[in-house]
Amino acid sequence: MFSKLPTTVRGIAPGAMVLTLGLALAACGHKPPKTLPPEPAPAVSQSAPPTAPANQGPVPGSAADFVAQMMGKDTIHFALDKYSVDPGETPALQAQAQWLMRYPSKKATIEGHCDERGTREYNLALGERRATAAKNYLVSLGVDASRLTTISYGKERPVDPASTEEAYAHNRRAVTVAID
Amino acid sequence: MKTSMKALLMAAGMSAVLVGSAADAQQIAPTSILPPPQIQQQKPADAGGLTGSVSDDSAWVDLGIDIPSFATPADVPTQASAGSTAALGRAIADVITADLKNNGLFKPIGPEKLPGIGIGDVTQPDFPGWSSRGAEMLVHGSVRAGGDGSLLVSCYLYDVRLQQQLTKAAWTFSAGDWRRAAHKCSDVIYSRLSGESPFFDSRIAYIAETGPKNHRMKRLAIMDSDGANHRFITTGQAMALTPRFSPDYKKIVYLSYLNGRPRIYIYDIASSSQRLVAETGNPTFAPRWSPDGKWILYSMAVAGNTNIYRVSAAGGSSQKLTDTPGINVGGSYSPDGSRIVFESDRGGSQQIYVMNADGSNQHRISFFGGKAATPEWSPRGDQIAFTRIGGGEFAIAVTSPSGGSAHTLTHSWQDESPTWAPNGRIIQFFRTERGSGRSSLWQVDLTGRHERRLPTPVDGSDPSWGPVRQ
Repeated sequence: MFSKLPTTVRGIAPGAMVLTLGLALAACGHKPPKTLPPEPAPAVSQSAPPTAPANQGPVPGSAADFVAQMMGKDTIHFALDKYSVDPGETPALQAQAQWLMRYPSKKATIEGHCDERGTREYNLALGERRATAAKNYLVSLGVDASRLTTISYGKERPVDPASTEEAYAHNRRAVTVAID
Repeated sequence: MKTSMKALLMAAGMSAVLVGSAADAQQIAPTSILPPPQIQQQKPADAGGLTGSVSDDSAWVDLGIDIPSFATPADVPTQASAGSTAALGRAIADVITADLKNNGLFKPIGPEKLPGIGIGDVTQPDFPGWSSRGAEMLVHGSVRAGGDGSLLVSCYLYDVRLQQQLTKAAWTFSAGDWRRAAHKCSDVIYSRLSGESPFFDSRIAYIAETGPKNHRMKRLAIMDSDGANHRFITTGQAMALTPRFSPDYKKIVYLSYLNGRPRIYIYDIASSSQRLVAETGNPTFAPRWSPDGKWILYSMAVAGNTNIYRVSAAGGSSQKLTDTPGINVGGSYSPDGSRIVFESDRGGSQQIYVMNADGSNQHRISFFGGKAATPEWSPRGDQIAFTRIGGGEFAIAVTSPSGGSAHTLTHSWQDESPTWAPNGRIIQFFRTERGSGRSSLWQVDLTGRHERRLPTPVDGSDPSWGPVRQ
């Protein structure tokens, strides 16, 4: 459901969009994922309900607003079996940090994910390392650590279900999700 | 649930026989099963009742076993799902036939193709009649209704050519557990003829998977070793992974994403309730029981680093066993509980390490090339099964506890997470299909020649075998 939001709100923040697009081009060779990762299990409470009618755009500072503003930069990607933040991914984290600084009462969860070429339990640990690496970077940019939590889904929730190098590159990721 | 085992097993004859678990007919064409060469070297004198029947390798697995319906002294209604004692006699013979057939052991002929027997035949078989049918081995048994709603089931194995009783046993079960009597009989037959420890009367916990690859529902489920008595335990609202039965089958430890917090829980089967294993602000995963059921190993990620901890199954404080940067995960006790094999990337890639149960003397044992993951110690103690990672594929492999003589048992795209049959002769794992991500449960014997897909109602992963039931 989030995947449609960026297009519906494209008009409301043109300045931000230009900025983020430019950074996105400079940032990474990875194609931004077409859709956000699926939500965690339905019971999870932090999945964000829609906060505004679609034709008016999301409420500023809401989880939907975060998704809209990030334009795909809610996600950073990692090299195979690596958890260090690639320099090309830092603009995305800077954009996330800017939003989080603008709305200091908001909290966020960082989801760590892996491609399917690791074993299940190892990938749970690796996803945690990736989420933590993204979190640490945001903290280094000034975001209070107490506002950020991490969760690893290992290889259990691929954003691209194909078994190809391109899909694997999409799936090795940390996704920041603002919490309403 | 009461079980009393009587008159069990004469000394088993043959030794060092690798058990074939061959093709499920729907999955792969049955292959001819060649036993290992040791059999040829068996001294005739120590092969017990098989001596006269087995003259070469192929006879061992081609051994025909006739299993007519079990007799009953009086056909009376029971509370068992299979019906009256006579109907149970047929159903039990069917289950035994399926056990032996599905595991590629012998060539059983079931009751549908055989004449019935009377209660007097159970202890005095019509040897000439069965011999004329070409039977080599013969299974007879009886079903009686007990006064308290229980069932008394007996099981006899005969060598037709020698006209000799090889073994016999009897059990009392509640009506609801009638299939266990059949599995116990399968175990007696298997043990007597192969010399191996039993494994049929056991249960499997696993993760039932449904839905598209990018949004799979993963539920905790349990079933008997033959897939019967299947039951979903969790609803799928919270993702469940990596279950392990407690040694007494009363509990299951597993990972749940309940409330968006991945933590390990102990699920109590009788009360259908669960509790958190360790109160911690950090994610915990990869739980394992100690062989005596008193301890639980788990892995916990703190600030990105994962280490292995031990906590009493009754609760209390945890003891940190590994303490290195990076990922230390999993863990499996040796059968005597003195050592733990686990996985670590402290040297730069996933490899297998062994330590003492208190965390001392940690040392790497895998030097096979590629990566090595998910080690599981055999209940016999002599082997460690693991996932071998190389060339973009996962395979099931085994090595000795010192890391010697590793060999690969399976060849597919992704075969992952081996666990052992209670007798240490069959390895269970899950196989993931490239692209679709569909998963299924498989078994392979230690020769690697005999693979079998385990039927499950939906896709399955993370299979884990419990011990033989007492």
